[in-house]
Amino acid sequence: MDPRDNSIEAHGLVRDFKKGPRAVDGIDLHVGSGEIYGFLGPNGAGKSTTVHMLTTLLPPTAGTATVGGYDVVKEGPQVRKAIGAALQEAALDPYLTGREHLRLQATMHGITGDERKQRSAELLHRVGLTEAADRKIRGYSGGMKRRLDLALALVHHPRILFLDEPTTGLDIQSRTALWEEVGRLAKEDGVTVFLTTQYLEEADVLADRVGIIDHGHIVAEGTPDQLKAEVACSTVEAVPAELAQKGAVAAVLERFGTPTTGFGPESVAVQLAANDGDIAQIVRALDAEKLRISNLQIHEPTLDDVFLDKTGRHLEGAGDEADEKQEAAAV
Amino acid sequence: MQIAALQAATLGRRAVVRTARQPANVVFPLIFPMLLFAVNSGGLKAETRLPGFPTDSFVAFAIAVPFIQGALLATVNANVEFARDIQTGFLNRLALTPVRGIVLLLGQLGGLLTIALVQAVFYLAVGLAFGVHLETGVGGAVLLLVLEAVIALAFASFGCWAALRTGSTEAVQGLFPVFFVFLFLSSMNIPRNLIEADWFRWVATINPVSYLIEAVRALVIYDWHWEPILLGFAVGIGMSLIGFALATHALIQRMARS
Repeated sequence: MDPRDNSIEAHGLVRDFKKGPRAVDGIDLHVGSGEIYGFLGPNGAGKSTTVHMLTTLLPPTAGTATVGGYDVVKEGPQVRKAIGAALQEAALDPYLTGREHLRLQATMHGITGDERKQRSAELLHRVGLTEAADRKIRGYSGGMKRRLDLALALVHHPRILFLDEPTTGLDIQSRTALWEEVGRLAKEDGVTVFLTTQYLEEADVLADRVGIIDHGHIVAEGTPDQLKAEVACSTVEAVPAELAQKGAVAAVLERFGTPTTGFGPESVAVQLAANDGDIAQIVRALDAEKLRISNLQIHEPTLDDVFLDKTGRHLEGAGDEADEKQEAAAV
Repeated sequence: MQIAALQAATLGRRAVVRTARQPANVVFPLIFPMLLFAVNSGGLKAETRLPGFPTDSFVAFAIAVPFIQGALLATVNANVEFARDIQTGFLNRLALTPVRGIVLLLGQLGGLLTIALVQAVFYLAVGLAFGVHLETGVGGAVLLLVLEAVIALAFASFGCWAALRTGSTEAVQGLFPVFFVFLFLSSMNIPRNLIEADWFRWVATINPVSYLIEAVRALVIYDWHWEPILLGFAVGIGMSLIGFALATHALIQRMARS
């Protein structure tokens, strides 16, 4: 096995639970070394179960997976040495300080003495918690807890990092800070990152490639741009300066694409027939008809459009539906 | 081996620090047994006039009970925290490190033993301050602390098993009244040979807690009366072994990592 192999592979990975539906239903994955892979899906889609299997915390019911070149079933200890993980709940002890957590985690990884002290200080600095290092966790904000969680996952210099919904519940500032750190880990340290998220923006901004999971199946996979280009073209939205001209504006826009809804009542919108449509042509056509426009915008397709195309549902709210079904099955 | 010992010590230290930083978990196990001790000593001292009662000091007779209660309280508090580790995913965090399961268990039990021993020193000090005289002297006091460690380990290992088996703080808290039923159905307030109700004497005789109390009591009121002491150690060690085996099995299932 190549010791520098930081990839993740899974073939036909399945996980059944006794009283619930099949959580993961035969997924195939390939995540290359140094890649940030975004695993996007609603609550209950199977994201965390997949992470638990890949991190050796949960044995698969069927299928195979290797992480860092090691089999997750037969070579669990080697997998655990190669990976770091920040799981869905920032599992921290409210009565310990940040520094105490890092020292505890380092000791569990066999790092002791000065090296432990040095590594703890280095990681606290890296995640911006040096000043709060000796405060108890119960006084930390959600963002601070998540940053400490990330630092704990990095204590033993892992080659592969699993982050299970690392920014759920965080404000945009904390979220952005975490994205920067994760991006830096992949770019500068060559760490492979497997990131689960239910935030479209997170997958879009951070991931090199995205896998969309729904009801235990991967329904789409590719770079964010590829996925979006596959399912939809850009949408142009125009707001006439005078409401009386709304019909005329619609008539002009319809020459470039098909009408679409979901925008404001004063707006007219069309989905362009092709992504290479020239916005200048639209402006010229409106101008030729002497139509005045107070606002003209182009909306790029989103990963939600991809999710909608593949599953028939929007990502937002899909998790509630999945949760309800799971609860009903459990009852 | 050295690393494993350091890991167990670090986990034990965490259990102690976590308890020390929660005043309710420190104060209640110190005060509650002492209050019960004071009430019993005041209310039941007439028992010493019963023919065959082994001592003329009920305070000396009753001081054994706080040692058992203290071990119970330490067990419940520490294992509620352990169950919380399972609920919050802290155990998963540890499971993702190379640390061995047995080290996790030893760390948890080690922390709990430390807490139980600190409590035992407090009870002993209060008892001595209130006129309890240890017939076995300093050597007996040392052996009493060793016995307390064995008793705490016996209860703690069952508490660990419950925490690991259920992963529920409520279930571990539910152990407290169960343990207390065993305590009340023992010879905590009266020597077994003086219990008049046959059923109660029978229950107290088959109740292992009776032998733990009687061993502690023997170190206080008799001058090296070995039979109850050895019986208490045997029961405590036996309970510890059974509890530890159950807890180890539950840990293996709980940490079913590959």
